[in-house]
Amino acid sequence: MSDRIDVLKTYKTYVAGKFPRSESGHTYAVKNKKDKTVANACRCTRKDVRDAVVAARSAFSEWSSRSAYNRGQILYRIAEMLEGRKDQFVEELELLDIKKKDAVKEVELSVDRLVYYAGWTDKISQVFGTVNPVASQHFNFSMPDATGVVGITSPQESPLLGLISTIAPVIAGGNVCVVLSSEKYPLPAVSFGEVLHASDVPGGVVNILTGYQKEMIDHLSSHMDVNGILNTNSEKNIRKQIDENSSLSVKRTYHLTENNWIETEHENPYYILNFQEIKTTWHPIGV
Amino acid sequence: MYPDLKKTIPIDTIGVEERVSRLNKRSIKKESKVQGLKLALSMIDHTTLEGKDSPGKVKQLCQKAKMPYAPLPDLPTVAAVCVYPNMVSIAKEALKNSNVNVASVATAFPSGMAQLQVKLDDTKYAVDQGADEIDMVISRGEFLKGNYSFIFDEIAAIKEACGDAHLKVILETGELETLTNVRKASDIAMHAGADFIKTSTGKISPAATQPVTLVMLEAIRDYYRETGRMVGMKPAGGIRKAKQALQYLVLVKETLGAQWLSKDWFRFGASSLTNDLLMQIVKQETGVYQSNIYFSND
Repeated sequence: MSDRIDVLKTYKTYVAGKFPRSESGHTYAVKNKKDKTVANACRCTRKDVRDAVVAARSAFSEWSSRSAYNRGQILYRIAEMLEGRKDQFVEELELLDIKKKDAVKEVELSVDRLVYYAGWTDKISQVFGTVNPVASQHFNFSMPDATGVVGITSPQESPLLGLISTIAPVIAGGNVCVVLSSEKYPLPAVSFGEVLHASDVPGGVVNILTGYQKEMIDHLSSHMDVNGILNTNSEKNIRKQIDENSSLSVKRTYHLTENNWIETEHENPYYILNFQEIKTTWHPIGV
Repeated sequence: MYPDLKKTIPIDTIGVEERVSRLNKRSIKKESKVQGLKLALSMIDHTTLEGKDSPGKVKQLCQKAKMPYAPLPDLPTVAAVCVYPNMVSIAKEALKNSNVNVASVATAFPSGMAQLQVKLDDTKYAVDQGADEIDMVISRGEFLKGNYSFIFDEIAAIKEACGDAHLKVILETGELETLTNVRKASDIAMHAGADFIKTSTGKISPAATQPVTLVMLEAIRDYYRETGRMVGMKPAGGIRKAKQALQYLVLVKETLGAQWLSKDWFRFGASSLTNDLLMQIVKQETGVYQSNIYFSND
């Protein structure tokens, strides 16, 4: 009885704190380096992008008004939960033919990176906020503030570490995001959704879609309700398309391409600052 | 003429829900979608009914009613602006030289808990101020007691007080408990002279639902077959999305026919629906999903 047919898992998406399938019901086969199908993932399209942006927008006001300290606690909680499910993530990376040694390293670095950004949440405004000298009777100060909904195209390689290195600084700063996961290796992204679900992150703060990035990037980057784009896709045409679409509603747009996500340069408070707006207040003071 | 309530057909709730869900599966795309969205926009009674309404807010609302979205000046205007009686003259002034009507709620809206004389005075005041349409509420307490002739007489009296103004009768279906009651109340209202029947005040939940709307549309159809008089329909409250609006239009088309697909015979009582319709229309024109922040809040 050894010729049993394996039951392959169909990985679902993570939107608004739930795990829906793609609106169209389409899936695609996820293959390892030897071209063997290891699982199925949802092939999301335009309408899934639309729903994810709506979910993100409705989560924004609550998440951005949480105290920075509380956001730090929640990011730390994600790290804890990820640590607890280390074995599962190592297995999933191995399934995609990543060597065990490298897989362990990737998961551990991911946990550390979350802890790193958890620490920064309540320090950003002290470090980057300023008190400005002005000539009039005003107390004048500038503070970084969350931008809004950020679209993220997740890196193809380093499917877990690259994902976390892009999401963590964005949500640490009080933003919410819609993530297009790695096309080749979407499994860790969806499992990471399960971790988020179990770690006090309000539904809608992180939304993870799987599928062909090309089918979704146009709709995500042109969406007027998206306020920023963090792109890791290095294809020239895609970069151009994102830049052109972003100009429609003047989105904060950053391209982080050709990266080695293992490098410690990705632990960097300026990545939080990329999606912050500086707000200046003029407060009258007595004579 | 008082209707024979013994002949009121009992409503099969499950059947109504199934018909609604079948009609909701209609897929409307491309040109027909744009046409439907614009039609829905032209059928809106743009509404503000809050205790904190001010002349400024009403004026802003009227401006939006006349010109829903400045970058697309060819869009239809909404059908009417719906306000409290003491705001009617302000709305009338703001809407002169436009084809947008002024509608006013009256008769101790939203509860209807007052003496008939008070209700009549309320109605006459709104008409004198210039209201083109009056939205009255029925006395739900009396209806639930079974005092149907009271409801009939009340509506007939208000209709008389309206003069030339159109009368919309709010049944407040959220308080009528059963669909059979909704059907009965619809029959009474139409026989008493209502020009429109309307689901809800918007102050009670549930407000307009599609099953309730279907029952009322069927009442209108049967009344039309019996008497030859067309009566309008207005679902109000809880309709916020363009998609829902299109589903309502399908209900109307399938129950009453294309004749009713005009602002003269069908209205949406809504405030936030306007922006969602505009966002969808602009999405169809530009191909780009829109954000609420680019549309005015009125």
